[in-house]
Amino acid sequence: MARTLVNVPKKAKRGEVITIKTLISHIMETGFRHNSLGARIPRDIIDSFVCTYNGEEVFRAALHPAIAANPFITFHTVATESGTIAFKWTGDNGFSAAASAKITVE
Amino acid sequence: MSARAFRYRRPALAAIIAAIFTATAFSASGEIPLDQRRSAYADMSRDNKAMQDDDTSNPGMLWVLDGEALWGAKAGKAKRACADCHGDARASMKGVAARYPAFDATLGRPVNLEQRINLCRAQRQQASPLPYESKDILALTAFIALQSRGQPIAPPDDKRLTPFRDAGRTQYSQRQGQLNLSCQQCHDDNWGKNLAGNTVPQGHPSGYPIYRLEWQTLGSLQRRLRNCLIGMRAEIYPFGAAEYVNMELYLMWRARGMKIETPAVRP
Amino acid sequence: MGENDTTQATRRRFLAAAGGAGLMLAVRPAKATPASMTLAIRRVVGEAEVKPGKVKLDLPPLVENGNTVAISVSVDSPMTPQNYVKAIHLFSEQNPLPNIVSVRLGPRAGRASISTRIRLADTQNVTAICELSDGTFWSDSKHVIITLGACLEGMI
Repeated sequence: MARTLVNVPKKAKRGEVITIKTLISHIMETGFRHNSLGARIPRDIIDSFVCTYNGEEVFRAALHPAIAANPFITFHTVATESGTIAFKWTGDNGFSAAASAKITVE
Repeated sequence: MSARAFRYRRPALAAIIAAIFTATAFSASGEIPLDQRRSAYADMSRDNKAMQDDDTSNPGMLWVLDGEALWGAKAGKAKRACADCHGDARASMKGVAARYPAFDATLGRPVNLEQRINLCRAQRQQASPLPYESKDILALTAFIALQSRGQPIAPPDDKRLTPFRDAGRTQYSQRQGQLNLSCQQCHDDNWGKNLAGNTVPQGHPSGYPIYRLEWQTLGSLQRRLRNCLIGMRAEIYPFGAAEYVNMELYLMWRARGMKIETPAVRP
Repeated sequence: MGENDTTQATRRRFLAAAGGAGLMLAVRPAKATPASMTLAIRRVVGEAEVKPGKVKLDLPPLVENGNTVAISVSVDSPMTPQNYVKAIHLFSEQNPLPNIVSVRLGPRAGRASISTRIRLADTQNVTAICELSDGTFWSDSKHVIITLGACLEGMI
């Protein structure tokens, strides 16, 4: 599976807005590049990123080839309760990757 | 390669005239004074600096994490992991990248970090070598070099390295390619000036392997040197060529005392 | 105020052009143009009016390498169930494709602010559009100068 690097605070106060940073290894081939023989390299990107908080969707992004390689996305969510914040990336050629982090909300 | 160097060394009239007019004669006087050296980090935009500084957003860290996994993974017929001999890399690899390339007695020449890793794989793990610029070799090199982050570059005081370092310095100073440029002309004599909208860096190897935005991936110093040679319309050597290791040896000496920044981000 | 009038006039002109450009779209354009960006915006926004304001697009004015450009978009919103940002969209007028990213938010976001890294092929305007829970659309646009472009350059 592709390497991921997610940054979620381990602890937060209830109601606090936390910052989540995500980074995933992916070439994000645009489909506009050509190889040394002049042939177009086919598109191969992550096109969807979803974040769920204890199973409920809190963030969703539809990515296009203009997202740079090794997509980096920073967003926010309200720390509502302790549990698991999960991340799912999907894309071309059946690409799929997942990561998660635990958070303690007091 | 050596024939070419020899031709330049002979006191041909053309060479003397060229030396007088261009003032890039092969000597130590063209070198940047130690206190004026600066990493290309200083010339980057605020956003690119931020990308390098934050381990949670530095794309190079993805390879470092892969390298950490490889460090602990059993490999080869010997089913041995790097960790089995070297333990915790944080301790055992501290300062290593800062003093490479180093002399390898069995080969009788210096080797860089990539080659050292592959020597270990062959000799200790009975594993096949990792191809140059492959994801795995970049990951391991990045992980090992990270353990020297913040450490000053410390070329080893090893007399056996001298002829190779001198060969690297010769290469650095001699004109080559269709553009007939030497590394020295840009990186010693004209650093800080603009070329095609970019600031000419001094060309120090302090952050390798780097995440180069142009490549959109991590890459080694050899890859960067190849890019330069292509830019000068000079013939590029194959990966792993002694010419690259000699250059690396000289560049590390030239950058002695500067801090390791791996994994650096560069445009 | 003047900016609003110019945007309205420009928009009307582009919409008129977009109608005629419908036939031309049978052949895929080599790269986006302000007109195809407008069309892409229309596809997202429908018939609603897009007003400048509320959303703030943060981009460096000069970029060394268009392959990785740090970008931030934020909307001043209380993000309550009654008043929140539903979506943020980013568009390019000079990349091969006009869409960059679309993000869906809700009250659980807490703050309508995202950061990412994008590719920009050439010096151009980048437009951010946000959709609020009350169905209104707001935009911000920034001009970026790209030294080395993405997508259209060769590989070494």
